[in-house]
Amino acid sequence: MSRPEIEVRGLHKSFGDNEVLRGIDLEIGQGEVVCVIGPSGSGKSTLLRCVNLLEEPSKGQVFVGGTEVTDPDVDIDAVRRRIGMVFQQFNLFPHLDVTGNLTLPQRRVLGRDKETAARVAAENLARVGLSEKADAYPSSLSGGQQQRVAIARALAMGPEVMLFDEPTSALDPELVGDVLAVMRRLAREGMTMMVVTHEMTFAREVADRVVFMDGGVIVEDGSPERVIGDPQHERTRHFLSRLLDPAMAEVEEEISDQVGKSEP
Amino acid sequence: MTDTDATTLQPKKKGLTRRQKRRVSQGAQYAVFVAAVIAFAVTADWGRLQNQFAQADIARQMFPDVITLALKNTVLYTLSGFVVGLVLGMVIALMRLSSVGPYRWLAGVYIEIFRGLPALLIFIFVGVAVPLAFPGTEIPGGTYGKVALALGLVSAAYMAETIRAGIQAVPKGQMEAARSLGFSPAKAMVSIIVPQAFRIILPPLTNELVLLFKDSSLVLFLGVTLEERELSKFGRDLASTTANSTPILVAGLCYLLVTIPLSFVVRRMESKAQEAIR
Repeated sequence: MSRPEIEVRGLHKSFGDNEVLRGIDLEIGQGEVVCVIGPSGSGKSTLLRCVNLLEEPSKGQVFVGGTEVTDPDVDIDAVRRRIGMVFQQFNLFPHLDVTGNLTLPQRRVLGRDKETAARVAAENLARVGLSEKADAYPSSLSGGQQQRVAIARALAMGPEVMLFDEPTSALDPELVGDVLAVMRRLAREGMTMMVVTHEMTFAREVADRVVFMDGGVIVEDGSPERVIGDPQHERTRHFLSRLLDPAMAEVEEEISDQVGKSEP
Repeated sequence: MTDTDATTLQPKKKGLTRRQKRRVSQGAQYAVFVAAVIAFAVTADWGRLQNQFAQADIARQMFPDVITLALKNTVLYTLSGFVVGLVLGMVIALMRLSSVGPYRWLAGVYIEIFRGLPALLIFIFVGVAVPLAFPGTEIPGGTYGKVALALGLVSAAYMAETIRAGIQAVPKGQMEAARSLGFSPAKAMVSIIVPQAFRIILPPLTNELVLLFKDSSLVLFLGVTLEERELSKFGRDLASTTANSTPILVAGLCYLLVTIPLSFVVRRMESKAQEAIR
């Protein structure tokens, strides 16, 4: 088997005294779709943000496409061009229209000429089904449309890997489906994807692997059938039961081994 | 207990009701206003006022120079000062946000000094103290250069703080999105953060332009040639030659001719920017 697309070795991350990641080892192969699930504060978003160095790891190494991201001498901007990132809050550029959001990064970062950038933008807008919104401003779009534009913007840079940080958590429930459909299609096309999510149906259907994190460590890592369908650990079972049927949860004491009280 | 509560809440039988009281109070305020206007109209010496402030021939005599020369120079001084202030202010704002301590410190000192000094003192400094201290050094552009420098030095301090606040008001996610697309910090600042920051600070920045427009009158103290006079100097000169205040009034109206439309434009831009951002 060829070298994994994403490789994380002995990753630790602390915010002050708060140790959010306590030794993560993870490999994601080329074309693999990995969903990271876990309670809030388990460190899953921090792990994702360490992969493109939006957070600086305290210890450990991260490789993407064979390049060490954590090497202090690495050209981080060059590495990030190969990693697409999609945020919970979309983070579209509000001062640019949809086309501008897609073309400006191509032109400023990749140095593409105007025509090429416009063509790539149009292709990727079509890919997320929003060709008719090319001239709209982000503020006039729904959350689901904004998120699809954000995905198209990342894709326009031609990334090898896509990172998704709770891409549907800020959306109204009826808008989640459109975004997941785009992600499902992307997965089918063979994109390497690392997805932090609470969408169990998506994880079950689309993911090649599901990683369950709790308290800054990986508790379980395996096929969706195993991790979601037949979890081996009590913590996973507990988390899944609360997630799948929140109305049935009992009032309980604080779980002491949770690291953070909220997502950083 | 219950008795007193009831009496305070119920309208009293005697005296005025609350509604009547309100009406009386409002009527009194109008009455005072009308009385003041009448008192002014009766006591003012209208003939003398007109003679002193609104002499048509003197006003006519000011045209077209008051526009083609004085207003033009005022605008020119203001804009050149604004450009210098904006560029310098931008540099100072970025220094203030720098990760290098001495830059932050230096920018802080600059801002405190130039915000704390009267603009007039800066004009004297640039116009008199610098040429005296460094004989032979010539500020390029003559009077125009001196004014641009003096106004720029003063306004840069204010603008730096405004720009810094604008940059910090852009959500953190914007920088993260730009960086994860591969923008370097500098490129992200130039293409993503600063354009949004300027949208946010457009109103306070234009307010600064209006302030500069008025401060340009301090050119008076630099000693200017006839061709370099701006509105205030022009008005004052003519007022003393004609021994009449009409030129002052006309010069004042010329200032308003610019500042009032300007604040109107700002309000329109403000609502438009609001739309675009969210």
